Amino acid sequence: MTNTENDQVDIVLSDLNNDDLVEQMFDDLYDGLADAITEGTEILLNRGWLPYEVLTKSLVAGMAIVGKDFRDGILFVPEVLMAANAMKAGMAILRPLLAETGAPKMGKVVIGTVKGDIHDIGKNLVTMMMEGAGFEVIDIGINNPVENYLEAIEEHQPDIIGMSALLTTTMPYMKVVIDTLIEKGIRNDYIVLVGGAPLNETFAESVGADAYCRDAAMAVDMAKELMAHRQGSAAAQMAAS
Amino acid sequence: MTVHQKTLIIACGALAREISLLIDLNRWHRFDVTCLPANLHNRPQLITGRMAEKITVAKQSGKYDQILAGYGDCGTGGDLDRLLDAEGVIRLPGAHCYEFFATTKPFDKMVDDEIGTFFLTDYLVRFFDTLIIKGLALDRHPELLPDYFGAYKRLMYLAQTEDEELDKMAEQAAIRLGLEYHKQFTGYGDLATFLETHSGGSG
Repeated sequence: MTNTENDQVDIVLSDLNNDDLVEQMFDDLYDGLADAITEGTEILLNRGWLPYEVLTKSLVAGMAIVGKDFRDGILFVPEVLMAANAMKAGMAILRPLLAETGAPKMGKVVIGTVKGDIHDIGKNLVTMMMEGAGFEVIDIGINNPVENYLEAIEEHQPDIIGMSALLTTTMPYMKVVIDTLIEKGIRNDYIVLVGGAPLNETFAESVGADAYCRDAAMAVDMAKELMAHRQGSAAAQMAAS
Repeated sequence: MTVHQKTLIIACGALAREISLLIDLNRWHRFDVTCLPANLHNRPQLITGRMAEKITVAKQSGKYDQILAGYGDCGTGGDLDRLLDAEGVIRLPGAHCYEFFATTKPFDKMVDDEIGTFFLTDYLVRFFDTLIIKGLALDRHPELLPDYFGAYKRLMYLAQTEDEELDKMAEQAAIRLGLEYHKQFTGYGDLATFLETHSGGSG
């Protein structure tokens, strides 16, 4: 059940038809109402929706609205965090079910904040949005030296490496990681995405990343686009050989 | 060094009090000070544009031989430095105010000792409620505390002045954030050195 702020009328989520319920879940996600998202997710599952449908049509689509309003300066970090925590509540129900029901896999991502930096808000948002978009995400946490990335790469064989930094003083470390990949001759085996408040496209280019992701929603779009391009290239190579 | 007749310092509001105090104490009358709002730190992408506006106004006034920036990089990702280089404006050394108050080596050591260190200065202690608690919406959503501060272990108060009241407030801030409290007296650090270097002597 959810309570609208203006008129204090209780909305019984289970009384809503599917379309209205999804619309209401968009609002609840926007307002960061984790309990309402939990309830809405369970109702849709009980109505026979596949977990992947619930995820994409309610949670991911709702977070896309949040992401757009964040980009447009209508929402700020606290509201996005509240929305993300609400989505997390829905994801907690869906995650085990997604594995069981064979939801499509978009690819595998290793993501972490670089050495010297403990800021993880952006990274955590990207992790959640990537999971929501069907990526398998291995989050190696904060303050990661290059060795941590290499270990995670070897262990998990990802398609994408994501690096995050909030500080001007730590963002150059991204180049250390990429240069090490080059030295080892494995740079082109992976898509490298970078993000963080002080970064920009010029910086991403200068350190040799494949793309700069301004926010979590863009990270997902970029990951999908580059994965599609990569798969297209692989298919083209196979066809040519 | 060239001695300038009049120098404008375009500073972050978080440094206004300290800069004005140093100017008064040292009778550096050649300095004028103008400030940008301290809360731009919550949206660092706006700092460079606002600084550019201030520089333009200062240059158009024809009053100043020299302009200084009372800023660190402050999360602008080098954008501020690119602007200042193009405009011939010199800024304080270091990435942010914690660093130039503590000075670089001691600051680096504090971070090396505990990377999860959250820093406060006199200004940030005074305006802790406004800038941190309300600025991050923790007054409305205290449940977000772990999202913001989960990776921090300790709060380091870099004190510009010896002030018991500020000390108590800083300790309370640490308790509120669930962090271990530490205090280090720094004085004005590189801020004083920077201003003295560009003062061209007193008076």
